[in-house]
Amino acid sequence: MSLIIETKDVNLYYGDFHALKGISMEMQPNTVTAFIGPSGCGKSTYLRLFNRMNDLIDAVKITGTINIDGKNVYEKGVDIVELRRKVGMVFQKPNPFPKTIFENIAYGLRVNGVGDKHFIEDRVERSLKQAALWEEVKDKLKKSAFELSGGQQQRLCIARALAIEPTILLMDEPASALDPISTSKIEELIHELKKNYTILIVTHNMQQAARVSDATAFFYLGNLVEFGTTKDIFTHPNDIKTQNYITGRFG
Amino acid sequence: MRNSIKRFVEKISESILFLSSTVTTLSVLLIVIFLFKEGLGIFNKDPIEEGQMVVINKNNPIRKVVSADIKNIFDQNITNWKQVGGKDDSIILFRMDDIGNYFTEEQLGDTFQFVPQCLAKLVDSIPGIIAYIPSKYFNKDFPARELPMEKITVGSFIKGKEWFPTAQPAAQLGVYPLLIGTLIVSLGAILIALPLGLATAIFMAEIASERLRKILKPLVELLAGIPSVVYGFFGLVVIVPFIQQVFHLPVGETAFAGSVVLGIMALPTIITISEDALRTTPRAMKEASLALGANKWQTIHRVIVPYASSGITAAAILGIGRAIGETMAVLMVTGNAAVIPHTWLEPVRTIPATIAAELGEAPHGGLHFKALFALACILFIITMAINLFVAYISSKNKMSKR
Repeated sequence: MSLIIETKDVNLYYGDFHALKGISMEMQPNTVTAFIGPSGCGKSTYLRLFNRMNDLIDAVKITGTINIDGKNVYEKGVDIVELRRKVGMVFQKPNPFPKTIFENIAYGLRVNGVGDKHFIEDRVERSLKQAALWEEVKDKLKKSAFELSGGQQQRLCIARALAIEPTILLMDEPASALDPISTSKIEELIHELKKNYTILIVTHNMQQAARVSDATAFFYLGNLVEFGTTKDIFTHPNDIKTQNYITGRFG
Repeated sequence: MRNSIKRFVEKISESILFLSSTVTTLSVLLIVIFLFKEGLGIFNKDPIEEGQMVVINKNNPIRKVVSADIKNIFDQNITNWKQVGGKDDSIILFRMDDIGNYFTEEQLGDTFQFVPQCLAKLVDSIPGIIAYIPSKYFNKDFPARELPMEKITVGSFIKGKEWFPTAQPAAQLGVYPLLIGTLIVSLGAILIALPLGLATAIFMAEIASERLRKILKPLVELLAGIPSVVYGFFGLVVIVPFIQQVFHLPVGETAFAGSVVLGIMALPTIITISEDALRTTPRAMKEASLALGANKWQTIHRVIVPYASSGITAAAILGIGRAIGETMAVLMVTGNAAVIPHTWLEPVRTIPATIAAELGEAPHGGLHFKALFALACILFIITMAINLFVAYISSKNKMSKR
């Protein structure tokens, strides 16, 4: 199995604040890797390195290398648009556009220059099916996305990310704003998506990390404390901080 | 003891607050009532100065003439009764000033005591006469017929194509040219200000660095603080001659000049409101767009502007509102000709400018005075409709975004 994602000695500074301290990790294709840790530990910042979302923030400095398929995404001359097509992202809160359900899914295709109507229609349907939302919305594709429930909106956002066929899916606490039923739907979906995508997920929820992920990384104060298979991390962690965190003693 | 003082002070401040809010509300209401009471006073009145009347020979078959024709008759644009539906007979005009042409001083008497008799004889003897005389001379025995005029109605007021409130004997009170003037100037202003303002707002909200924004924002707000007479002055000295030269016009004071000046004046409103609206676009929504591989420009025009569209609409409408009500600057640059413009490059006169220019010369309580109040009522209705529309849009917007 080839490595598809790899970071080597990544440091990130917000101005003077050292947010990520020398993170080195390898993630396997078609697996789910969970990033856990208390608030402010850098796990979301780390996640946002892979599609260069941190570029939007002023005064960010990044050192080290982040390789996807052997290519450093922070090298000069990297096409960010191309990168973001390959690395989809689902955010913490459902954030559909103020457009119809159909147009939300089609957005990524349209901004990437796809104009073929049939192609877009097919892709919208397929993405919605992949996100297990098709049955619920197939009769109201022309309705505003705001009319959906929170859980449906989040699945819409997943479908939107899938529509441009990324290979990697970044999920930043995708279920934190949802009720338990919607959460379990999203988790089922992650299981399903693993077959075709490499998924990196940030979560606050220990049980969720244990349920959905193959590998787990524990972050604390900008350090990668421990990284291993989810089974190992949750059954016999090496580090006392990891143990304290997953048993709920702090965090 | 201390407690009772405290309670007393509380009571006092409460009543002061109550009183001031009551006074404010009442004064606003009073202004509106006063406005409409005066303004509605012109309707169902004869468009003729009080104490005056128009009479014709009693054998003249004409029963009624619209006030526009009366004016044309007295301006000698209509010279034959045939043209207003009467017999083929030329029209003889008579104003009180003309009486010396028909009678000698002796005939009139040294204290003008014989004027009524003279008038009676004159009107009786000339079949084609139309005379504008004080109504005190008109009594049962007067051998002539009053020529009744059409009363001023809401329809004639709004549709009337001529604004000439000092015309004698029949005042021409048609708001149509003023209304068109106001609308054409405001529409032009918004056509100029909206693209410019929106572009600036997008630049400030999305593209400019925080530092540049901190310089630009106060500058734009400064623009709102400049007195309108200064804008008018600037328009008169810079824009008017410029337009005159560029378009080879006889005069530069045109609707277009007004639009340019008003457009500049509406800019701060449009920029600040639409910038605020653009900045309310959640970061998450921008990030979602960028994460899907959209570039900055695609994100702006496909996500941010649609998200802020209702705020931008409100900005545009408030900008129009400001343009419609603006007085001084428009008065200075539009040339103030109360005619219906056919192009942007003709002088026009707006409603507020008319009120400002004419109120000083209109006798208090007279027809002209009341007509100006009626103009003010129309302006009030327009701006109120605009404000209600903005309120409706923003309430609808709140609901759809929850």
